[in-house]
Amino acid sequence: MSTIRLSVPETAKKNEIIEIKAMIQHPMETGYRRGMRGEVIERDIITLFECRYDGEIFFEGEFHPGIAANPFLSFYLKATKTAELVFRWTDQTGQSWSETATLTVT
Amino acid sequence: MIRLAACLLILLTSCSPTADVTLPDDAIATKDLQSGSAFLTEETRALQEDDFENPGLLWVERGADLFVDTSASSKSCADCHDEQLKGVAASYPQLDELSAELVNLEKRINLCRARHQDLPELTYESDDLLALTAYVANQSHGAPITVAVTEETRASYEAGEAYFYTPRGQFNLACNQCHNENWGKKLRGDTISQGHGNGFPAYRYEWQSFGSLHRRLHDCDTGVRAEPFTLGSQTYIDLEYYLAVRANGLPVESPAIRR
Amino acid sequence: MTDTSNAHQLGFSRRSLLVMTASALPLAALPSFAQSDDNDIKQVKSSLFGDRKIQDGRVEVKLPPIAENGNSVALDISVDSPMTESDHVKQIVVLSPLNPEALVSRYTLTPANGKAAISARIRLAGSQTIEVIAEMSDGTLWRGKKPTLVTLAACVIG
Repeated sequence: MSTIRLSVPETAKKNEIIEIKAMIQHPMETGYRRGMRGEVIERDIITLFECRYDGEIFFEGEFHPGIAANPFLSFYLKATKTAELVFRWTDQTGQSWSETATLTVT
Repeated sequence: MIRLAACLLILLTSCSPTADVTLPDDAIATKDLQSGSAFLTEETRALQEDDFENPGLLWVERGADLFVDTSASSKSCADCHDEQLKGVAASYPQLDELSAELVNLEKRINLCRARHQDLPELTYESDDLLALTAYVANQSHGAPITVAVTEETRASYEAGEAYFYTPRGQFNLACNQCHNENWGKKLRGDTISQGHGNGFPAYRYEWQSFGSLHRRLHDCDTGVRAEPFTLGSQTYIDLEYYLAVRANGLPVESPAIRR
Repeated sequence: MTDTSNAHQLGFSRRSLLVMTASALPLAALPSFAQSDDNDIKQVKSSLFGDRKIQDGRVEVKLPPIAENGNSVALDISVDSPMTESDHVKQIVVLSPLNPEALVSRYTLTPANGKAAISARIRLAGSQTIEVIAEMSDGTLWRGKKPTLVTLAACVIG
């Protein structure tokens, strides 16, 4: 289970530019570390973040081992319509986690 | 009658927690007490205070879900505890009256699971136990630590104090040598803190994750090349207790950010 | 740290201070995210942008002047762009000249963003200057840089 935290305003005026924040619990294990017995700790990272607004991807992030554990991102959206926002994180094996939020445009 | 008088005495001593405890010569004066966050950069302090960006909140949020969860037991934590948990964490570790043992928050949560929820113990340092502990600790965010020493807990306090002042490991260092005598000074890129536990469970940059005070104590012991104790052991609970009394008055900061 | 003249004043014995210094050094060679001698920043840039011209400007990069731990450093980027259909930022690329992998992350933006600004937290294998390149919808490439100092911790467990 990966906990996800989202910060999306519930409402916005039409054409207002809003800040969106998203964070997910994930170790982002680099593959460069070694364990107590010298063994390489295998890489385990989220490689892709996508955010959809009314079904359409408007922002994407491609993550590499240089992204810190428990990835945090903030970005902006121009609020044009009342619609659902879908946030999706996908790891290197294809497993994904998602969360949604509804933005009401007045 | 004598018993009643004894109870009253205990109640009175609880009001002034450290009144019956002789503080060592090198103890930090109350007016000089500083939380670990005082030794961090401004940016890290701001991150700790941010009610969204603090990564420790991922565990608090998970704890909030677990607190009301009834999928494994007919009773959730919230069925018994509602608002009552506000400020509670500030008085831990404390005596569990049923077993007459000193327990910390983690142990109290596991006792609750066994006694009231018929659930198995959560493993120390597991994400779920950290999450529940963080959630409960967060209910006391900002509350001053108020931990009393009573006749029943005096032995634990003294054991914790002895641990604090005993040099150990290949470096032959005792806790007080760094955290009482040299706090505020530099050790490589770090500024030595006063060694308080008021921010724990906390998110540490070094762990790149969230962890308990016992994990931090384990790391301190390893750092001086001493054999560390088991997380959740009575030795560490006693030390946690001594540290809490030593930090009386500092605000609970969990989930804090630490280096 | 190696100045042992005030060791007594500090309350540590001279010996324990020396032992600490000596054993802290090999530990420092084992950070969780080791520095790399063969960082691939040139290859990454040429594979992403070929030999296209990269101009300095329009990209503002913010990092704390001192990062107290390289495991998580706050990075803020903003690009000077109106973010319209005809003139917007298409992608932002974050590059490190010192990490084992130069490509830290890459972001794809659209006019729907309304504003070309993002924040993230990145790992830094040591003090370095982070380079951020923005590709615009007209195909031009713009660059901003920011140096930061990563301090070394005293009590590193591994």
